[in-house]
Amino acid sequence: MSGAMAMPVTHYLRTSKMPHIWCAGCGHGIVLGAVLRAIDANGLDKDQVCVVSGIGCASRAPGYLDFNTLHTTHGRAIAFATGIKMVKPELKVIVLTGDGDAAAIGGNHLIHAARRNIGITTICFNNSIYGMTNGQYSPMTPTGSLASTAPYGNIEEPFDLCELVYAAGASYVARGTAYHALLLSKLIAKAIATDGFSFVEAITQCPTYYGRRNNMKSAVEMLKWQKEHAVPVAAAAKLSPDELACKFKIGELGARARPEYTQRYAALIRAAQDEGVEKDA
Amino acid sequence: MLSKVGTRLMQGDEACAEGAIAAGLRFFAGYPITPSTEIAEELALVLPKVGGKFMQMEDEIASISAIIGASLAGAKSMTATSGPGFSLKQEGIGFAAYTEVPCVIVNVQRVGPSTGVPTAPAQGDVMQARWGTHGDHPIVVLCPSSVAETFTLIVEAFNISERWRIPVIFLMDEIIAHMREKVVVPDASEIKLVERPRPKVPPDAYLPYAAGEDLVPPMADFGSGYRYHVTGLTHDETGFPTTKGSEVDALTRRLDAKMRKAAPHVTFVDEFMVDDADVAVFAYGVTARAAMRAVRDARAQGLKAGLIKAKTLWPFPEGHVRRVAERARAIVVPEMNMGQLVLEVERASAGRARVLGLSRVDSEPITPDEILATLQEV
Repeated sequence: MSGAMAMPVTHYLRTSKMPHIWCAGCGHGIVLGAVLRAIDANGLDKDQVCVVSGIGCASRAPGYLDFNTLHTTHGRAIAFATGIKMVKPELKVIVLTGDGDAAAIGGNHLIHAARRNIGITTICFNNSIYGMTNGQYSPMTPTGSLASTAPYGNIEEPFDLCELVYAAGASYVARGTAYHALLLSKLIAKAIATDGFSFVEAITQCPTYYGRRNNMKSAVEMLKWQKEHAVPVAAAAKLSPDELACKFKIGELGARARPEYTQRYAALIRAAQDEGVEKDA
Repeated sequence: MLSKVGTRLMQGDEACAEGAIAAGLRFFAGYPITPSTEIAEELALVLPKVGGKFMQMEDEIASISAIIGASLAGAKSMTATSGPGFSLKQEGIGFAAYTEVPCVIVNVQRVGPSTGVPTAPAQGDVMQARWGTHGDHPIVVLCPSSVAETFTLIVEAFNISERWRIPVIFLMDEIIAHMREKVVVPDASEIKLVERPRPKVPPDAYLPYAAGEDLVPPMADFGSGYRYHVTGLTHDETGFPTTKGSEVDALTRRLDAKMRKAAPHVTFVDEFMVDDADVAVFAYGVTARAAMRAVRDARAQGLKAGLIKAKTLWPFPEGHVRRVAERARAIVVPEMNMGQLVLEVERASAGRARVLGLSRVDSEPITPDEILATLQEV
């Protein structure tokens, strides 16, 4: 992907719907910018892109985007997207979701879409917290972190969402951060170009509800945290598990060719119809 | 036309599946649950042959969500479930009602609440079908009382949902779903099909939630060049969220008015011998069959009895009840629940006739003799 966009970001935005709802310092705008640059890099026609979301801060993104856009119920974006993709496989269907939306209430839909390997690209804006409802811990909140519902520190372990989705069967899995915005855009571009289910976890900052409770009062501090804790996949390969503790890998974490679901279904239809012809003959 | 045309012996669930395909169903998503599973099994077999798609989803909520997505992409869509699954689907039903996405939800009623008696019949979901999802919302509920009626009424379910952009609940019961009866399957050319209204204006002039006189906004398919926004948040005519009191009010009132406008076009009631009836039965679903027999037996004994058989439960056919109540001294309402629509019959008859409920909740159908005995008492 080249750094320059063929179209300005505003080409893909419903600027009349601005200002957006995100707080000052929120990383969601950076992630959304990366998504738009990735769509642009793929040269997609706006009419052929469908963006679906669930509930939460990240899920408000589609309202600002000039595509076919659908803001659904909490956790269900991938299930709605599945129906759209099945009826119109030619559409590029992209799900924008948060860590609570994707990993908690929508976790079942996430792993089953990956298992089917249906051609949907899911971008999870992971800010480690429920921002829309003012800072409860999510399945992605680090152990020990404070949240409004973890006043004594979170005693739960977070998922490794990328490992989960890859193990479930996705064709492509990657992780980026708001700090590494250009890398993030590249990873999303590749996800969009993938035939099967593709998943990108975008680590992003919520200074309002996560940072200020956890000794990172500003967005800058949180972005620095991302920079200091992210390890590129190639570098991670040379580090011991101890050296990798408390760090996370960024980059392409898994890519493989597997049959895509709607293509498999098209073959199923051909087989079912051929069988009918033979029986009638 | 895929179904074999002509006189056939069919199961209720099978008639539901084949009728749906005849109505134009091209996307079904579901989750296995007794006693509706045969609908999914039939559609898994038959839908691909007509170029349609069947999906067994990971759960009930995924199923309703997927059919709403499919409908937004332009396909006539359906899901089917039973009691516990119907409870789970309420979230999606509310979304479809509020965003006005046509779809059909089949609920084959079984004994509840909770897991109840999975293989036994009941009529306990009548109020849930109307009010199961939160908030004011329009809904249409149809209820067949025979296998043949299942075929014709499911076609109406799709037509209503498309015409009015209202989700339609198709409320069956375990007996109708599992029994086998004669069905005369019509030729495709004899089945009237309705499509949702689609925009006639160019994309830049399209207001996705601006309705004309019929209060039904035209609906564009995703991917057809109309790039618009759909949200379960309260929205204005542009489809974007609003919290402005006047716009919140306008949407709730338009949806309510749309339902009222649709009511005469979606109300199906069969009346038997009600014109001179001194006593009447109001019944639906499998119970209407016993009621018909009871009314005939009563007539044979000289008692002027009549039957209101409701095929539309919601909107409630209050005009039919009111007219009968003007003459009849009593209306008996047999139901396989502790008394749900009897309350509506009471409301509609407004003191004109005495209204008596007759409940049976032991997982056995109400018999003609039970209804006849009640008719003789009043």
